[in-house]
Amino acid sequence: MFDDFFIRALVAGIGVAFVTGPLGCFVIWRRLSYFGDTLAHSALLGVTLAFTMEFNIALSVFIISSLIALILIQLQKKTNLPGDALLGLLAHSSLAVGLVVIGFLTFIRFDIMGLLFGDILAVSVDDLLIIWIGGALILLVLKLIWKPLFASTVNYELAEAEGLNPDRAKAIFTILMAAIIAISIKMVGLLLITGMLIIPAAMARNISSSPQKMVIYSIIGGLLSVIIGLFTSLEFNTSSGPSIITAALLLFILSLFKIKQSIKLKN
Amino acid sequence: MSTDQNILVKLNDAGLQLNNKWLVKGVSLQVEKGKIVTLIGPNGSGKSTTAKIALGIYKKIDGSVEKYTNKVGYVPQKISIDWTLPLRVNDFMVLTESLNKETIDEALSLTGVIHLKDKNLGDLSGGEFQRVLLARAISKKPDLLVLDEPVQGVDFTGEIALYELIKKISDELSCGILLISHDLHTVMTATDHVVCLNGHVCCSGSPMDVAKNNEYKALFGEQAFQILSRYEHKHDHVHTDEGEIKKN
Repeated sequence: MFDDFFIRALVAGIGVAFVTGPLGCFVIWRRLSYFGDTLAHSALLGVTLAFTMEFNIALSVFIISSLIALILIQLQKKTNLPGDALLGLLAHSSLAVGLVVIGFLTFIRFDIMGLLFGDILAVSVDDLLIIWIGGALILLVLKLIWKPLFASTVNYELAEAEGLNPDRAKAIFTILMAAIIAISIKMVGLLLITGMLIIPAAMARNISSSPQKMVIYSIIGGLLSVIIGLFTSLEFNTSSGPSIITAALLLFILSLFKIKQSIKLKN
Repeated sequence: MSTDQNILVKLNDAGLQLNNKWLVKGVSLQVEKGKIVTLIGPNGSGKSTTAKIALGIYKKIDGSVEKYTNKVGYVPQKISIDWTLPLRVNDFMVLTESLNKETIDEALSLTGVIHLKDKNLGDLSGGEFQRVLLARAISKKPDLLVLDEPVQGVDFTGEIALYELIKKISDELSCGILLISHDLHTVMTATDHVVCLNGHVCCSGSPMDVAKNNEYKALFGEQAFQILSRYEHKHDHVHTDEGEIKKN
């Protein structure tokens, strides 16, 4: 049978996929993929902080990512730079600072590849608890803010005019983004987390006709990617993150055939 | 006071400044239950801005807005919907409030687009989409309806029917309506109170009062004045098919 570490990785990955599915849909709908990237890159700083202070990794990543999101909002208000430039500035500088800090921490042994691309060997029982409890909390909060968040995604003014408080929903969603990155960093690695958010959701967009269906397909796509990816990772000794993302990409390519069909049907 | 309890939204000397330019300034008006208040004015006179101020979409305004209800239905003038969303008419109907099937079907039937229920929102024509927007706004049975050119792009017969519907809704639900319309005929026949805007309130009052106002005449020109003054005279005669005028 499989080793314990593999079962742990599988359970962890399945937990992550349940959360990235719906969040990923919002990342696509609200055009936040680069924003997700920025938060993920800043996660490296969080990891180094966790190591130096002997602190929980998920918690410190969550704190640093939330902080970066706050800084971004402030910069957007105070400067005239376009949003994507600010995102690039924060993404690359926080990644760079993180790597420089790691260079100074010679007394700690770092598995940089594991951090960047995920490491299934690294998933502990504690991580499982963080992923499943944290994930359940994220989904619960998302369910609570679903209506205002979705309505303002469709049209901000309608949501605001009809009393749904879209600004609050947006702020809470930003925190949820930081949280999903924090709990999935060990699994997928910080360079590929956004892929885990976007690719299954993009696949789902190709084959769904309503927002609810897109969320469900996105979860299913994420689950399949995790399962296929992890078995590949075990079989060929590849990093877990890239294997999962490659599996997701294959599913996306398959979904393109469905689009072709429906376009043919229309004509 | 009983009249005060009927007020749904009230603007006190409200205005909005953007990049040191006044979009609209010093607007005072109120919408009461069962009443239709219409904003008229040339392009860029601040009609949509005033509607958005009343809705609370703008936060940093001059003056104040008192909004006494959160049951609001809004039909914006322009709506940009991102087509990265797979959104059917049915999904759009429950965007801001959960409604049961009967309520959705009833509203879509009233605006004549029930057959489009399962269609993708992106596949609708401009006029069809406008009807869906109106159906969505009325379906939640709001206290206050804000309609910013609700029939734009709707065909001629549809336009008349929809305005009749709006009037009917105002009577049945006794909701207040803030309407922006270029159709002076509607303004004159269906409206209780007219506010004529041109960056500020240039005149306001009952349709008759506004029609007599000289500023209004200067703003809209002689032709509009004639359209409006048609409603001023009492119909003491009828036009026969032969073109003769017959006294009643």
